[in-house]
Amino acid sequence: MKYPILTEKQLDAIDDILNQKLIKAGVRNVMLIDMAGNTISKQDNGKFKLDTIAFAALAAGNFAAVEAMAKLVGESEFSLLFHKGETASVHFSKINKDFLLITMFQKDLSLGIIRLKVTDTIDALTKVIYT
Amino acid sequence: MAFINIKTKEVQVKIVYYGPGRGGKTANLEYIYNKYRNNITTEMVSLKTHDDRTLFFDFLPFDVGKIRGYDVSIQLYTVPGQVKYNATRKLVLKGVDGIVFVADATVERRKSNIDSLKQLQENLESYNLNINTIPLVMQYNKYDLKDAGVPLLSPQVMQQDLNSQLRVPAFAASALVGGNVIATLKKIISLTLSSIQDQLF
Repeated sequence: MKYPILTEKQLDAIDDILNQKLIKAGVRNVMLIDMAGNTISKQDNGKFKLDTIAFAALAAGNFAAVEAMAKLVGESEFSLLFHKGETASVHFSKINKDFLLITMFQKDLSLGIIRLKVTDTIDALTKVIYT
Repeated sequence: MAFINIKTKEVQVKIVYYGPGRGGKTANLEYIYNKYRNNITTEMVSLKTHDDRTLFFDFLPFDVGKIRGYDVSIQLYTVPGQVKYNATRKLVLKGVDGIVFVADATVERRKSNIDSLKQLQENLESYNLNINTIPLVMQYNKYDLKDAGVPLLSPQVMQQDLNSQLRVPAFAASALVGGNVIATLKKIISLTLSSIQDQLF
């Protein structure tokens, strides 16, 4: 991996951003992973257990496959993905070529609010990781 | 290279089982999973087609204890072997730390082994990795078929075909019944961990 080495202070700040901006807004699980499927941070509201290791591997694979599909139709990327379930939904957003933010939420939150919160979170994360 | 989290003191190591289709890559992981089921806390993930071929990858994570205070977790992946799936094979290789090349010792698969190894080299090059320096173990699989009268290439021929230049550790194995599956796994883990230690400490 070529992305910067993250210090303990940066990792603390990342945890904090995910908690403040997403978990507090009602999101059930949020993960920051890299494109090889490694988990950098995972936060939850304490109510849902998730096999995050397998989830991260599948999410990275899923995203990589979608990206390859984008190239086939002449797009450089599809930067966000959304999977809707009956009670829970998952939102994937590409931060840059290295990182992916995955947000899982219940039907009491709308996709619109998630997209707003995710955009705000990505801005904050980018500042922490790259400065 | 391996992913290291200095806050949670975790090291994640990615080992990929690579090789031609129907060679026994998934069978390796299934054997490991069944053998160590009591010690593996997560489920094995398999993405298969209807006819049981690996479509994207199989995934098996497990912990191997601590090195210098860091919890080391090994993540085993397989790639789909069928020729047409090279795009996905390449994706799975992203961030790889160690590779087991599972070759098929049946006579009729001789060319597929050589082609697959060549493609591995090309796929690694696309990530700026070199097949000569990345931790690699060869496994010549299907020697259990000997008793069934299936024509097999001898391990010497396999060595000559695939390992005459690379000269990496190699095992004659039988993934279905478990022969040398664990030996292969132990070898690649130790090679990969010592390579990571060299890079880190």
